[in-house]
Amino acid sequence: MATSDAAARDASSPSAASDIPAETLATLYRCMLLARRLDLDCVAMQRQGILPGYAPMQGQEAAQVGSGLALDAGRDFAFPTYRELGVAVAMGVDLVGYTASHQGSWHGGLYDPAASHFAPINAVVGGPVPHAVGWAMGAQLNRTDACAIAYFGDGASSQGDVHEAMNFAGIYRLPVIFFCQNNGWAISLPSERQVAGGSVAARAAGYGMPGVRIDGNDVLAVYRATRDAVETARSGGGPTVIEAMTYRVGPHSTSDDPGRYRSLAEEQSWLERDPLTRFAARLRTEFGFAEVFFDEAGAAADVVVQATRTAVTTLVVPPGGEMFDFVFSAPPAALLEQREAWQRETQTSQREG
Amino acid sequence: MTNPTQTQPQPQTQPDETQQTLTQPSRRLLSMQGALNLALDHALAADERTLIFGEDVGTLGGVFRVTDGLQQKYGPQRVFDTPLAEAAIMGMAVGLAMQGWKPIPELQFDGFSYPAVDQIVNQVARMRNRSRGAFSMPITLRLPSFGGIRAPEHHGESLEALFAHVPGLKVVSPSTPAEGYRLLRQAVADPDPVIFMEPKSRYWYKGAVDSADAEPALPVGTSRIVRRGSHVTLIAWGAMVARCLKAAQLGAEDGVEIEVIDLRWLKPIDAEGIAESVSRTKRAVVVHEAPLTAGLGAEVSALVSERCFGDLRAPVGRVTGYDIPYPSQAFEDAYLPSVDRILNAVQRVLEYRRG
Repeated sequence: MATSDAAARDASSPSAASDIPAETLATLYRCMLLARRLDLDCVAMQRQGILPGYAPMQGQEAAQVGSGLALDAGRDFAFPTYRELGVAVAMGVDLVGYTASHQGSWHGGLYDPAASHFAPINAVVGGPVPHAVGWAMGAQLNRTDACAIAYFGDGASSQGDVHEAMNFAGIYRLPVIFFCQNNGWAISLPSERQVAGGSVAARAAGYGMPGVRIDGNDVLAVYRATRDAVETARSGGGPTVIEAMTYRVGPHSTSDDPGRYRSLAEEQSWLERDPLTRFAARLRTEFGFAEVFFDEAGAAADVVVQATRTAVTTLVVPPGGEMFDFVFSAPPAALLEQREAWQRETQTSQREG
Repeated sequence: MTNPTQTQPQPQTQPDETQQTLTQPSRRLLSMQGALNLALDHALAADERTLIFGEDVGTLGGVFRVTDGLQQKYGPQRVFDTPLAEAAIMGMAVGLAMQGWKPIPELQFDGFSYPAVDQIVNQVARMRNRSRGAFSMPITLRLPSFGGIRAPEHHGESLEALFAHVPGLKVVSPSTPAEGYRLLRQAVADPDPVIFMEPKSRYWYKGAVDSADAEPALPVGTSRIVRRGSHVTLIAWGAMVARCLKAAQLGAEDGVEIEVIDLRWLKPIDAEGIAESVSRTKRAVVVHEAPLTAGLGAEVSALVSERCFGDLRAPVGRVTGYDIPYPSQAFEDAYLPSVDRILNAVQRVLEYRRG
């Protein structure tokens, strides 16, 4: 181990990429590592009965963190699915509030989606993609240079909503990024049986916008592609499709068994392309990051993971009456009656119990 | 019969609008289509965050001309044509609402809202709840609805029960031009998503509209009594209100005093208003164009049973469409509730004897 003086020197000495500052390289890694460890711990918490279910994102850290960090979280807006932990980490979303969706407190999560610029977790495959288009139009009407990013997968690329959304965005030339994580599998269906023609990015041409396919396990490639698309959107250049080729290393969800539809050899081959390992190696060899940096990043991630676990484990779910409270801005009389009946009857049954 | 005992909220009694004078400057004689156009015009003028979009709503002014002239007046950014894709129209409305805009999308015909049902049900109706109130959805979906205009298949559907069943949606349908103006302004002002079902067969009927009546005096979910009567209550909405009024006129010639309620709001339903009327008349018949089974008539009937069981002299009658796909033009009149079928149902509840 290096002395502390040497460590400080080493930690401050890494070089930047030609177009990416060293501090951004460090942040990319820290976010990827935190996403990895929190994701693994969410799987563990599911096995321990703390989370009813979870959709792991292991293997997609580069795609998610690289794109999320290329956004301005105070200006742009992300529309996630249910597997975007890495984007949430990159955008600074409250991670206990994020995990609360899987913990079962509230479908959309308990974070503030308006303040976070990260829409409520959405379980409809492809459903939020037209929302990003609408948000982008709103941003354009507001005469801001903000842009929206829609996350979806190879499976969702088959949905009509995604085609409609891309067509709208192409017609109106809206500041929106269609970020497809092609992770190889839509539950049990491989992407070659999902995507006719083989490329989601290639479809962009049909909608009159650029489409790029990138190595989704190369975080710098993802960061650059997203940054370029953001710049295009801000400068009035319209929408972009990014297809990040990656791999869902784990199951679709904690209820899934990938052994029924894909081989261990395939999974192993992708583990060799692990985005975190790859980036760490580049940081060491290409950019001169010292071991102490990785030690500190690991320790910092562990602190957040432990704090998140503690908070999620002890999370007090919202009062049951809130089931009724957010449906309308002001509950109509009939709904108030039902709320009161629920209150009365559950209190009665609790007394009887 | 004695005067009714009024309960809260009070149903509003209004004379037939065509009989009112047009002396005030804010009053004019308009068709339903014209009244809705005026309401949109005033809504766009009143709040620069309102947007109108849909298929053919811009240059053409809508296939029913309800948005006629609005793009010219407010510009192609606030009134714009969309590609032919209903799901994206409604999905885009969600994103615009998240940006603080107030979308008034149009889906051209009732039957073409089905491709957008995922967005309407899974997204529009739920975003407020999903986000714990962070994102309101002040979206008014204008949906030309119901039958009676000799249109092709999928242009005559009655979807109020489908949408009323979805938590998070409000549903309303006007019966007259004045109601069209008032309710559309109210729907646009409402902070929650409203399915605004425009009765196509009433687009060209004229009535007095008072645009000074912009501020909705009655809360959302209030019905109105359009004709007083003491023997039986007819409950209807949309185009069926006029048909019930015709039945009431004919009934009066035979000494049957028929009360007619224009339900207006199909969710939330004015249960109190219905109960107030039926507790006086002791008999009720619901009239709607939609198929019978699981139609909104079943809900109204249940509400009457729950609130007026002791008063009822007969089971609640239902005059509705049939459990068949909306038929082709040749059979339209045979399908839709006719004045005769309404009067037959009135006769049945009047003659009903227990045991």
